[in-house]
Amino acid sequence: MSEHDPELAERPGSQPSTAARRDHRPDQGHIEVSDGIPEHFANPGLPPHVSRSADLDETAARRAARQVATLFGLSMMATVMFLVAYFAIDPKTYRFIPGIGQANLSNIVLGVTLGVSLMCIGLGAVHWAKTLMPDTEVTEDRHPQRSTDDARREAVKTVVAGGTASQLTRRPLIKYTLGGALGLFALPLVVQLAGSLGPLPKADLSTTFWRKGMRLMRDPEMTPIKASDVTLGSVFHVMPEGIDKSAHVLEEKGKAAVILMSLDPAVITVPKERDWGHDGIVAYSKICTHVGCPVGLYEHRTHHLLCPCHQSTFDVTQDCRVIFGPAHRPLPQLRITVDADGYLVAASPFREAVGPSFWERG
Amino acid sequence: MSPTATPKGAASLRAHDVKPQPPAKGPKAKAAGLAGWVDDRAGAAKPVSYLLKKVFPDHWSFMLGEIAMFSLIILLLTGTFLTFWFVPSAGRVIYNGSYVPLKGIPMSEAFKSTVDISFDVRGGLIMRQIHHWAALMFTISITVHMFRVFFTGAFRKPREVNWVIGTILSLLAINEGFTGYSLPDDLLSGTGLRAAEGFMQSVPVLGSYLAYFVFGGAFPGEAIIPRLFTVHVLLLPAIIIGLFTAHIVLVAVHKHTQYPGPGKTNDNVTGYPFMPVYIAKAGGFFFIIFGITALMAALVTINPIWLYGPYDPSPVTAGSQPDWYMGFADGALRLFPGFFEFHVFGFTLSLNVFIPSLVVMPLIYSIAGVYPFIESWVTGDKREHHLLDRPRNAPTRTGLGVMAISFYLILFFAAGNDLIAIKLGLSINDITRAFQVMLLVVPPLAYWVTKRICMSLQRRDHDLVLHGRETGRTVRTAEGRFFDVHEPLPEHERWTLVQHETLTPLQPTATVDANGIRRVGTRRERLRARVSSFYFADGVHPVSPAELASAQHDASAHEAVESGHDSGAQGSSAPKWVGQLHGGADERPETDAYASHEDGEDPGPTAAR
Repeated sequence: MSEHDPELAERPGSQPSTAARRDHRPDQGHIEVSDGIPEHFANPGLPPHVSRSADLDETAARRAARQVATLFGLSMMATVMFLVAYFAIDPKTYRFIPGIGQANLSNIVLGVTLGVSLMCIGLGAVHWAKTLMPDTEVTEDRHPQRSTDDARREAVKTVVAGGTASQLTRRPLIKYTLGGALGLFALPLVVQLAGSLGPLPKADLSTTFWRKGMRLMRDPEMTPIKASDVTLGSVFHVMPEGIDKSAHVLEEKGKAAVILMSLDPAVITVPKERDWGHDGIVAYSKICTHVGCPVGLYEHRTHHLLCPCHQSTFDVTQDCRVIFGPAHRPLPQLRITVDADGYLVAASPFREAVGPSFWERG
Repeated sequence: MSPTATPKGAASLRAHDVKPQPPAKGPKAKAAGLAGWVDDRAGAAKPVSYLLKKVFPDHWSFMLGEIAMFSLIILLLTGTFLTFWFVPSAGRVIYNGSYVPLKGIPMSEAFKSTVDISFDVRGGLIMRQIHHWAALMFTISITVHMFRVFFTGAFRKPREVNWVIGTILSLLAINEGFTGYSLPDDLLSGTGLRAAEGFMQSVPVLGSYLAYFVFGGAFPGEAIIPRLFTVHVLLLPAIIIGLFTAHIVLVAVHKHTQYPGPGKTNDNVTGYPFMPVYIAKAGGFFFIIFGITALMAALVTINPIWLYGPYDPSPVTAGSQPDWYMGFADGALRLFPGFFEFHVFGFTLSLNVFIPSLVVMPLIYSIAGVYPFIESWVTGDKREHHLLDRPRNAPTRTGLGVMAISFYLILFFAAGNDLIAIKLGLSINDITRAFQVMLLVVPPLAYWVTKRICMSLQRRDHDLVLHGRETGRTVRTAEGRFFDVHEPLPEHERWTLVQHETLTPLQPTATVDANGIRRVGTRRERLRARVSSFYFADGVHPVSPAELASAQHDASAHEAVESGHDSGAQGSSAPKWVGQLHGGADERPETDAYASHEDGEDPGPTAAR
């Protein structure tokens, strides 16, 4: 022990008891005596070995062997059944399985036979090991991880000799230029990767597909919405007209999704909200200002919009202010009006970036 | 043995050890055929026989790491199968396969091929479900394996580096899981990716750039699925396999730790040899794990993406939860209050997203990773430890571990706040508030309760060693007094309860030296002494032979020893280990009846101050 725990002795403020215990470890069977009574109990050594029935009785051993062989046999049977089921059962067969319900028969039979085939190999092997293989505990010695002092010195010598032989230490010019070259060589790789992964965002996050005069369309039917069809208390999932023809449908949908609600104008407390709507019909971005999930749950009695991902709650009567949850900013409102035919249209694009916060959104 | 037996050296412990048997001599021992051919070219005989003879200790908790290892093999196997049919592309197609409800719906090739694997590839669904179940098994077994290693102190020298490798593996495993379940491009996982994009946007200054680089432009884009695929099937598995190999090689180099017990010392390893016992047990265990996973995949549907439908940024389902191992991060997002978003000088600093999504996870893993170094600094213990601690014998560490787990579990359950609200009919707002309060209150409480439980268990051990086990027999003496007969613990059982060492807190050193000059670095030492006292101030010493002898002396002086209450044991300095009689209060003077602990008769558990 003493060769690899000198540090313990230097423990600042170590108490005498600790220092005294330094040289022996009860967990290594070291004990110390004072007044005829040892300071610690001594490790009594391995308990006496208890033989199993299969060690003493050949009949029990033969029984164990039969059990192991049976398990291996079951495994073979299950494997054959898997192979038969693979060809015999059409993967589109559905059957009622008690406890599971209507289920894909092929999946169940293949999985169960595969599972049984594998399990039986494992159970057989473990049973074999536990009943028939030797169960006398064997002891191996450990050695400290630390190399001997000689070996350490030898290693240091080799490294130093290598440094000297290569003249690395004598010629600093090589040392510094090598350091510089190795320090810089990864840059082209990093720059290539980082530079080419994607385009710069520019103003992309701050703009959406919405333009002035675009009709509000039902999602996913893509039919225009007549203001007169919007009954009090109803809610519509909305996309801008023509978004399905755009070059990047999903990317545009991810920013342009809007939820349209019809409220009694009297309950709206913010004048701006009333002005940007039409007769109590208001449209808000459906993309949560927290991390961007669609705020799809509207409770028309309380006028609350709830995000199903992290439960941010927005109050539609208060310009979609956050009244609960981890989001901070209100949902941006889309200013709407009606066109000559009575359909709802956007009166202007979104005035601010929709969706989750980012540094330069302002 | 009696406590007064002559002390023996460590070598005597090994007198009865069974050493690995040398291979049998004779013609059969010759390597022939293929083995001989290999050895002629690779000289494999020596290393192979060394490995085959290697001894592993036996304990159920050592199987937890094995479950992780075998799950990894199952994942590699089934994952390779899946790549043969999966198309990692976001290209748009119209579905026309055999699952009727999705017919005619536009979707990505990734989603379509996953639906095809589930319905049109024979046995495809079982492979997909085995893969997903094995992933859940992989992450849970890594987590529980970590708990085992932590609570038994298996991370101590020389295994600190292996603990660090393990924490990195655990972190990589959950991210490998996330990249995997995001690949099918279904509505649920797409919502997860949408949130991940939101996380990236929240990075101060660089957020939008980071998001555009990772997604190759605006979300969702067509780049993310193929990129995730490369990360999932090549990059992360390569790192995981590399680190796992290092992990397992280090286990072999260090030799496995063992639980304390009779015959187990810090410089031996006691168990069964790899050949044949562990080849059969561990090899068999692989098949058992694989078999159980296959049965789960057969009987329990997992991730039915055909019910969720393809990803579209507009719809969403209520009750969106990630796989369990990402639950804690999702819970952190739900609990972190929104007022941590700031608007300064025209910029937005969204700490309400950045901290829980991108700081909490690495922070938790970093704290876990450096813990061994903190503990070894506190103890000043630079010795190698191959014997595990019983968790009760390290109450502060065990308390800290339970504290961390309770913190993690509250975050985990917070990720289900909406489901809890629905199932229990409670207000989501109340539940969320309750979780926020619990996150701050419960962990310290869990620490305190656990530490007290550990110390009570230590005192129970202490009592058991001193007073033995109740036999349930009552003896009446000639004078008419009644006693319960206590039986001393057998030596082999006693050893487990008395073998550990307790550490005493470090004392702060003087701030000035002998000449009155301020010493350098005393502030650091004082801090260390304080932390050390936090750790070890209220330790319970294991029973020493002297304490046991004196307890028995008391017992035999005041009471009677069963074997000879006529004379023999009375006052003997070497009491016989036959049995002790413990009476009620009546055999003592009345003044003394309830005062045994104060007057030092019964040494009891004493604090190591």
